[in-house]
Amino acid sequence: MNDQLHIGKYTFDSRLFVGTGKYPSIPIMQAAHAASGAQVLTIAIRRIHLDDPSGKTMIDYLDRSAYTLLPNTAGCYTAKEAVLTAKLAREALNTDLIKVEVIGDPDTLYPDTRETIVAAQELVRLGFTVLPYIGDDPVACKQLEEVGCAAVMPLAAPIGSGLGICNPHSIAIIKERANVPVIVDAGVGTASDAALAMELGVDALLMNTGIAAARDPVAMARAMNYATQAGRIAFLAGRMEKKRYANASSPTSGLIATRQESSS
Amino acid sequence: MNVDVNGVTHEIEAGTTLGELIARLGVRREGIAVARNDDVVACGAVDATALCDGDTIEIIAAVAGG
Repeated sequence: MNDQLHIGKYTFDSRLFVGTGKYPSIPIMQAAHAASGAQVLTIAIRRIHLDDPSGKTMIDYLDRSAYTLLPNTAGCYTAKEAVLTAKLAREALNTDLIKVEVIGDPDTLYPDTRETIVAAQELVRLGFTVLPYIGDDPVACKQLEEVGCAAVMPLAAPIGSGLGICNPHSIAIIKERANVPVIVDAGVGTASDAALAMELGVDALLMNTGIAAARDPVAMARAMNYATQAGRIAFLAGRMEKKRYANASSPTSGLIATRQESSS
Repeated sequence: MNVDVNGVTHEIEAGTTLGELIARLGVRREGIAVARNDDVVACGAVDATALCDGDTIEIIAAVAGG
């Protein structure tokens, strides 16, 4: 069955997007990416180190023939910063994809909703394919869709917290009302979180710390790969109804007589 | 004249272009992007862009991130 993910003009088979941050080493990162089955990898944009003689940057370690890069505007606190960062990312990487991340609070890393929407609207106007990181707020997600975002990316829990899907009801409402793909971004900590999110019907997941900070990132990447697929298949299969009382799985007729009155 | 590159002041001769400055700093062109006074300078325009005293230059590249 063709169940591809369509975001703007892009089409993907994998519904798991993975970050490039926090891995113990580059080789582990590369192996984890391969194990995850991901086709989209996020990267951040920063000043180069002018005193680094190697001149190597992240793109030297990522195979662009195998992966689509999704640069983010992480580190930005204003729409102006995010727009400039996005333009620089487009120039450096020759891509129109951008994950808009405009932070409102350094401790929770919750997005500044107002600045996120302003940045997203401007970047849509400039021709970017905008994927905004946002809170699990159905109103904000709809506002982002209305300014032309190609998807919405509500958080499940704070970035790097591994708390899982803190408010599945909000995520479900967001998905119910969205006319663009919904990608749960941030907070996934283990495979069951990924499966749960996909069972809610969301279109994809974006995770970084859940894989990179696992004791065995490569194994966890494989687990997340399977969990994302399992959750998606379960969602499409249509789960059974939950019931308060038992409903036997074996027939209730044709039972063998198992008790005889004892003679006294 | 002085220009600020990634937060550090550099003294350069008048007439120096952005391309010349990047070469002098030993920066590899592939995978980078440059902004001059908050305006992105297209790769193709870097060599022709003349610098002015007090310019603020940002040279960026992709790094690990989520």
